[in-house]
Order: sequence, then C-alpha cells, then structure tokens
Amino acid sequence: MKLKITGITFKYASEPILKNVTMELGKREILGLIGPNGAGKSTLIKCIDKILKPLGGSILLDGQEIRKMTRREIAKHIGYVPQTSSGCFPATVFDTVLMGRYPRTGWGSSDRDIEKVAEVMELLKIERFALRNFNTLSGGEKQKVMLARALAQEPKVLLLDEPTSNLDIKHQLEVMEVIRDIVRYKGISAVVAIHDLNLAARYADKLVMLHKGGIFAGGYPESVLTYENIKKIYGVEAEVKKGPYGLYVLPLKPASYSAVMENRVFTSVE
Amino acid sequence: MGSESVSKTVLKEQYTKFIGKKILFIVVLVIFLILLMGFAATLGSASITMKEVYIAILRRLLPNFAISKPLEAELSDIIVWRLRLPRIMLGVTAGMGLATAGTVMQAILRNPLASPFTLGIASAASFGATLAIILGIGFGFAGGTLVVANAFIFTMLASIIIFTLANYKGATPGMMILIGIALSFTFSASTSLLQFFGDPEEVAGVVFWMFGCLGRASWSNVTVISLVLLICMSYLIWKSKEFNVLNAGDETAKSLGVNVEQLRLVSMLVASFVTAVIICFTGIIGFIGLVCPHICRMLIGGDNRFLLPASCLLGAVVLLGADTVARTIISPVIIPVGIMTSFFGGPLFFYLLMRKREEYW
Ligand SMILES: Nc1ncnc2c1ncn2[C@@H]1O[C@H](COP(=O)(O)OP(=O)(O)OP(=O)(O)O)[C@@H](O)[C@H]1O
Ligand SMILES: [Mg+2]
Repeated sequence: MKLKITGITFKYASEPILKNVTMELGKREILGLIGPNGAGKSTLIKCIDKILKPLGGSILLDGQEIRKMTRREIAKHIGYVPQTSSGCFPATVFDTVLMGRYPRTGWGSSDRDIEKVAEVMELLKIERFALRNFNTLSGGEKQKVMLARALAQEPKVLLLDEPTSNLDIKHQLEVMEVIRDIVRYKGISAVVAIHDLNLAARYADKLVMLHKGGIFAGGYPESVLTYENIKKIYGVEAEVKKGPYGLYVLPLKPASYSAVMENRVFTSVE
Repeated sequence: MGSESVSKTVLKEQYTKFIGKKILFIVVLVIFLILLMGFAATLGSASITMKEVYIAILRRLLPNFAISKPLEAELSDIIVWRLRLPRIMLGVTAGMGLATAGTVMQAILRNPLASPFTLGIASAASFGATLAIILGIGFGFAGGTLVVANAFIFTMLASIIIFTLANYKGATPGMMILIGIALSFTFSASTSLLQFFGDPEEVAGVVFWMFGCLGRASWSNVTVISLVLLICMSYLIWKSKEFNVLNAGDETAKSLGVNVEQLRLVSMLVASFVTAVIICFTGIIGFIGLVCPHICRMLIGGDNRFLLPASCLLGAVVLLGADTVARTIISPVIIPVGIMTSFFGGPLFFYLLMRKREEYW
C-alpha cells in the first residue's frame, strides 16, 4: 500500500492551516510527523482520513483518490487513532475494540470478529479490562484501547495521533514496538504524529517536520533532526547524538531563555 | 503458547456470556409484557379471568383451534377485542415508540438528557393541537381529526426545520439541541398566546389534550402506529451498530466508515416521525422516552443492538403498567396516563441513579 499526498491545502476559517503539503509513504514504512503545538499535525492526519476535506491537492491510496472513496471503503484501508477521545454513554472495552470491525462486517459480529478482537487485545495486553467501561480507564489505558480498535480494523495504513502521549516509558516502548512489528510483518504503513523526538528518531523510517502548516524539513531522521532545525522550529538548543539505538536528542535550554531573563524582574522572597 | 490461548478463550467466553445476559433480559421483558397485557385485560367493570383473556385472543389469532364453548366465548370476545385490547395495544405501541425514539435521540445527540421532546417536538405538537382546538384552523377535517392532523403536521414541521437548519449549519449534537430549544420556546410562546385569547372551555380542552391519555384508542389508530413502528424500528435496528460507533465521537465514527451527518439527520427524522404519529393520538406522554433507555442502559449496557429492543419493550411495559394503575386506582375516574408516568417515573429514576455506584456517563 502506497500513500501519496500532493499539494494538500486546508483552512478551518480564513487562515490556511496546511499549505501545499506533499509527502509519500511506502509499504513497511513508518513516517514520523513532528513539529511544535499547533503546527498542523492532527489536521494533516484528519485530512488523510477524509475526516476533514482539504481544499486542494490530492491524496492517493495505491493510486486511488481518497476524495472519491466512500467512508466505508476508506475505513477498510485506513485506521485512525485520535489524540483524545471519550464516549458519552458507557461502553465496554470489548465493544469499543469491536467497533473496529464495523467497516468489515456491518450489523452482526461473526466469530472471526470476536476472534480478531480477542487477538489484538491480547497483543496489547488489555484483556483484563475487557468488560470495564471505557470511560473509566486511565489516559494511557484508553490510548491502548484506541490503538487496539484501529488494529482490529486490519488497516493497510495506520494514522496515529500521538499514540504514546499518555503512556509511561515502558508502555511507550512497548506500543512503538508493536506498531513497528505490525508495519514490518503485515506489510502496512503508518503515519505517526509524535512529540517525543527520541521515539521519533528511533522508530520512524522517515520524518516530516511541520512548521506553521508547511513542511520545514523531510527525510531520514539524521537529516531532519539537526541542531539547526530544532533550534529554528522549536526554539530550543539541543544536543543530537548518535547512540547504539540510533539518534537521541537531549534538549539543553530554550534558545531565547537569556533574553527572557533580562526582561524580567525577579524579586526574592527573603 | 498455552497460557496465551487460554486467556483468549476466557475472553471470548466472557463476552459470549455477557451477550447471553442481554438476550435473557429481552426474553424476560417479552414474557412479562405478555403477562401484563393479559392482566390489564382482566380489569374493568365486567370481570373476566386471565385464562379467558388469552383464550379470547387465541381464538381470533388461530381460528382453526376453537378452544372454548361458543356462547361464553362470544362475551369475552367482545370484552377483550372490542373494549379492552385497543386501549392496551395503544399503550403498548405508544410505549414502544416513545422509548425507541428516546433511545435513538440520546444516541445520535450523544446526550443523556435527550428525549423525543428535547427537540421542541412536544411544543410543536401542542401548538398544532391548540391551533385546532382554539381557532379551529388547520389541516384535515373538522372535529377530532383536525387536532390529530394538526399535532402531527406541526411535529413534522419542527423536525424539518431542525433538519434544514442543522443540514446548513453542520449537524453536530450541540447545534441540533440548541435549534430544538429555540423552536421549543417559540412554539410554547405561541401556544400561550393562543390560550390567552381562547375562552376557558377551549383552554381546558388544550390542557387536557396536553396531559396525554389512552382514552382515544381505536383499532384504526393502533394499526397506524403499529405499521409506522414496524417500518421505523426495522430501519433503526439496522442502524444500531452505527449508533454504537457514533458514541465514540464524530471523528472516530467517520474514521470507522459511518456517514455521521446523514445518519444523524435521517435518524432524527425517523424518531420524530414515530413520536409524531403517537402523540397526535395520545397527547404528550413524557418521561417514557427519557427514562426507559437509561434504565435499560444501567441493566444491560449501551450496545444499541440490544438496548433498542430492550428499551422498546420496557417502554411498553411502563406505559401499559402506568395506564393500568391510572384507570383502576380511583376507578371509575381515569387519571391521564401522562400524569402517572411522570409522577412515578421521577422518583423511580432518582432511586436508580442513587443506587448505581459505577460512573454512569
Ligand atoms: N476546529 C478548529 N477550528 C479552528 N482552528 C483549529 C481547529 N482545530 C485546530 N485548529 C487550529 O489549527 C492549527 C493546527 O492544529 P493541529 O491540531 O493540527 O495542531 P497539532 O500540530 O496537532 O498540535 P498539537 O501538537 O498541539 O497536537 C492550530 O493553530 C489550531 O489552533
Ligand atoms: Mg495534535
């Protein structure tokens, strides 16, 4: 499955949020979307899944125009994990994951659906919550359940909006490993919006750095995560080192911190 | 490998049991409803046993198996089929329809306060009826049908206004509820204005219409409601899994392949239509549509594939039960059932809310 995005533009109101975004993603690849808050990462992901309708440009899924596909067709190919979510009425975790089977089966749920749901719940180690109410789970537990729902869809492309933002370090690694293994073994692709530059460097094959709705840099992690780029986009001075597990980024200080200090008066308590 | 597949098997078993419980609940409700209908038919001025009731019913449903002697059967046949069943069936079908409409409204608006009357539907119906009673104008023929037709048409008018505005402004739950509230105030004010200029007798007629009662039952209106219910229920049950997905939020539902706006608008029209067909014959019967889905959700959870039928059956049980109490408690006076449902529904609902410990919504 190949995802090709060309010249995507999008506005919520008058101001454009995405400006001429172009990128490409192949089979067995993970694309990391990085960029500061409000850069347009979530917006881009929603455009890819046709939750939002871009003004211009095209998104091709294996040569097929997303715009011309029905939601149901798209849902058979693309799984989406939102940044946050909670239901209004109580639903069990099992039923929540079972929703992922909806695009494939419709009304009933066959043994195969139940089997698939049990399988992904086991994979993500969430089977002990199976009959709990989804709304009563912790933030991290919810994130795993939403990932399970997307995996139950058996998608060819996974769109993940900060899938690790609420997880502790162990679960961050576990979830990223699961995503990577699924991408490799099932031959699918994933777009992951992520704030943690270290996780991004380690698990993404390619990175796209968004800034104010445009692509500031794109390519292999080594070429994107440089001292200069990080300073320009995030306004942070950071050390970028090569370690045994790939790059790691150590943020040192905000680039403008000294300037802030000068303009401020601190009064001592004593 | 061993322990892994064990946990998966356990999980599947758990879930199957969980589904089994829901089905059991529905079966129990069906049995209870049949018993309650039989019991309700025994009450009245002429006394008749439950056995006679069921025999009288079966004699017509299965004419090839004449079970009792012709002469006494004749009498119970008249009592059951002519006098009591229309009212009982109106209670059953109206309860079913209102509870179904409530369940659907709550699901599509993702709001626990939604009921068939949230979207200004009750006010619209009341306005239509008032127009007919006080000014004698409206659609349909003079007399009783005028009130019925007017109530129906204004209810549908309200939902079409919501449909059009929401379609234009984006069919989000918040938008639809706000449009409904605005409509509700507009229609209530218009009704009050008409009442202000009406003479006392007419105003009393309006007030009585608004109480909601089953006194106007006949086989013809039961047939109309049943047919509408059958068609609308089929559509809604067919869409029930989409309602489940919708609970996770609009964006998630879209990503799972649900055409959210269309589902919301069409289901709202269908639920309003069911409500309109019922309240034009019965007047305003509150609370069933609000409370029945909640009670069922507390008992069997939020899966709409089971919630819809369960809530529908509970609606029938509650409305029929309330009407049975209403017509016997200080007989021969019959209290309008709309008053009964709200009177007993409120405290019962309080009790359930207090008893439920787990976070509910
Ligand atoms: N529904 C909306 N209406 C108007 N503007 C919006 C809406 N949603 C997002 N925006 C704006 O669009 C811009 C991009 O938002 P987006 O959510 O895509 O950012 P992001 O990169 O995902 O940020 P974060 O890292 O905080 O999740 C922001 O400036 C935001 O304020
Ligand atoms: Mg975001």
